[in-house]
Amino acid sequence: MEKKLKYALFTGCTAKESTPEQLMSTYAVAEKLGIELVELSEATCCGASHLQDYDDFLSLVLNARNICYAESRGMTMVTICNTCQLNTAMTKHRLDNDPELKARVNEKLAEVGLEYKGTSEITHFLYAIIDDFGLETLGEKVVTPLSQFNIAPFYGCHNIRPSELQNETHGKAENPYNPNSLDDLIVTLGGVNVDYEEKNKCCGFHAELQAPKTAALLTGKALMGAMDANADWMVTPCPLCHLKLDTQYEHAGHAVGRDVKMPVLHMQQMVGLALGCTPAELGLKHHVSKVNFV
Amino acid sequence: MTTITTQTITFNVFRFNSETDYLPYYKTIEMEVTSEEVVLDILNRIKWDVDGSFSYRRSCRHGICGACAIKVNGKGVLACKERMNDLIELFGTELTLEPLSIKRAVKDMIIDKEDFWKKHEQVKPYLIDEIDEHPESENLVTPKEEAQLLEADYCIQCGLCHYSCPSLENNDSYIGPAAFAAAYRFNADVRDKATLDRLDIVNAPDQGVWDCVKCYECQEVCPKEVNPIEKITKLHNQVFEHGVAINNVATRHAVGFAHSIKKHGLLDEAELVRYSEGTLPMLMKHGKVGFKMFKVGKVVMPWNMPKSDKLDEVKALIKSSSTVKF
Repeated sequence: MEKKLKYALFTGCTAKESTPEQLMSTYAVAEKLGIELVELSEATCCGASHLQDYDDFLSLVLNARNICYAESRGMTMVTICNTCQLNTAMTKHRLDNDPELKARVNEKLAEVGLEYKGTSEITHFLYAIIDDFGLETLGEKVVTPLSQFNIAPFYGCHNIRPSELQNETHGKAENPYNPNSLDDLIVTLGGVNVDYEEKNKCCGFHAELQAPKTAALLTGKALMGAMDANADWMVTPCPLCHLKLDTQYEHAGHAVGRDVKMPVLHMQQMVGLALGCTPAELGLKHHVSKVNFV
Repeated sequence: MTTITTQTITFNVFRFNSETDYLPYYKTIEMEVTSEEVVLDILNRIKWDVDGSFSYRRSCRHGICGACAIKVNGKGVLACKERMNDLIELFGTELTLEPLSIKRAVKDMIIDKEDFWKKHEQVKPYLIDEIDEHPESENLVTPKEEAQLLEADYCIQCGLCHYSCPSLENNDSYIGPAAFAAAYRFNADVRDKATLDRLDIVNAPDQGVWDCVKCYECQEVCPKEVNPIEKITKLHNQVFEHGVAINNVATRHAVGFAHSIKKHGLLDEAELVRYSEGTLPMLMKHGKVGFKMFKVGKVVMPWNMPKSDKLDEVKALIKSSSTVKF
C-alpha cells in the first residue's frame, strides 16, 4: 500500500490575505492527490527577506520557532511561497551549520519552552509534488490535459537561488540558469511549455515600494517575454511573483511602453485544472488579470 | 584514468567592433570540443584558428584576475575556470558566447568597465584612518576580528555580479553588489574609521542598498564565494545599528515587518504599505491597484485580519530577541 504523504503546511501570509486562491487551490490539489496538510497555525511571517535587514537575529529566532512547530508534529515543513521557502531554508542552513548561533537562538526559544533541533526537512509544495508524489504518478491522474495551452513558466528567484539551499531542501536540485521543474510539470499536465529569457529572472516584487521604477521594468519585461513567446498564460509557484505579475500590469506596461496584461496562474491552480478541480475550488475569480479561458 | 571525449558544439559568437560596426551580429562556429577544455580554450581557438580579429580579455588563467569574465547562454562565467563539459550538460550543444554587458561592448567580448570602476571608487574602497607616521607598536588584528570580513576581501573585481544584477541593469544610479561588498569589507575592518561616511553613501535612496531586488543573482554568479547579497544585508543591518537609518519608505518597510508580526504574528499587508508609504501617498500610489484587488477579494479588512496562534509567545520572543530599535 502506498504511503500517504503528510506535511506541516506553512501558509505564509499572502495565501491568507491577498492570494486566497492560492490556499484554496493548494487544499484542492492536496485532496485530489491524497496529500494530508496539517496547517502550522502558530507560524508567524517569515520576514519576507526584509525583517532580516532590520534585525537579522530576530528574523532567525522567529523562523526557527516556525520550524520548531513542524518538528513538534514530526513532519516535513511544506511552504507555498518562494520567499518563505528561502527564509526558512536559510534559517535551517545557518543554524545547522553554526552551533554557536544555534545555541544563541535556542537560548531565546527556551524562554517560551521551545528548542530548535533541526529534525524537520523543508520543501516547497512544487517539489513535494515533483519529488515526493512523482511526476509519473501525477501524469496518471490527469483528467483534463492542458494540451490547448502554451504556458510560460515563471520560476521566481527564491526557489532557484541560492542553489546551495536547493541542494538541502529538495531531491533534484535544479540549475538556476536552466531550471526545469515547472517546465516538466507543464509537460506532465499535457501543456506546451514556452521558453523565454525572463523565466528565471526577478519579478521585482521585493523592490516594489522602495524602487518602483526598477520593479515595474522587471515586471514588464517578464510579462513581455512571456507574451512574445506566444504564451496563453503564465504560471508561477510564488504568490509574491503572482501578485506582481497579476496586479501590477498597468505600471509595468507604462514602464515598458506596451500593454502587457495576461492571466497568471498559481502552480497549484494549473495542477488543479488538469486534475479536474472546478474553477470555484481553484479560486479563479480572485485574479485581477482575468482568467477567461475556463 | 579519465577518458577524454569529444563533442561537436555550435557556438554563436557575439561580434562587434565599436569603431566599424553599427550593430552587433552573431557568428556561428562549429567546433570539436574535448572534455578537458574550459571556455578560455575555446576563446583562444576561435582567435588562433578561426578569426584573428576576435577579441577578448585574458590574463592569469588561474581564476584570480577576473579578466576573462563573459556570459555563456546568459550565465556569467570566468572563462578560465568554467568547464565546457558542465556547460554542455547544462545547456546542450548550442552555446552563445557574449560579453558581460552587450550595451557596454567595445570589441567582441571586451566591454568598457568604466561604470564598474566608478561605482567601486564611489564607496571609498580603502582603509581610512589617521596613521601615526612613527608607530611604536604593530596595529594588530585578531583572527576573530579578521573573520568579520566574511570573505568580502576575496573579490577579484571580475564584474560578474555587477553585470548580472537586474537592479543595475534597470537603474544606472544603483551602486551594485561588487561595490557594496567592498564597502562592507572596509566597514568590517576594525582599523577603519570611515564607517559612517560609507553608510551615508550606501544608504542613499536610488543608489543604495535599499534598491536591491533580492534576486540572489550576485551570490549565484560569484566565482569566489564572496556572497555580495550577504554583505548587502550586513550593510542594511549597520544602517540601523549605527542609528543612521533615514526615515523613509525603504526603512519603514523593513521595520514594519517587526511591528506587524508583533501585532498579528502574520503580516498585515495593507497596513505594511500604509506604514511604509504614509496614508496619503499610499492612496495616491496604490489606491487604483488596491481597489482592483478589493473587487476580486484580495484585500482583508482590518477586522478580519488573521492572527497566529500563541501570539503571546511571539510577543515575548520579539521583546527578548530584538537587537535594534528604530
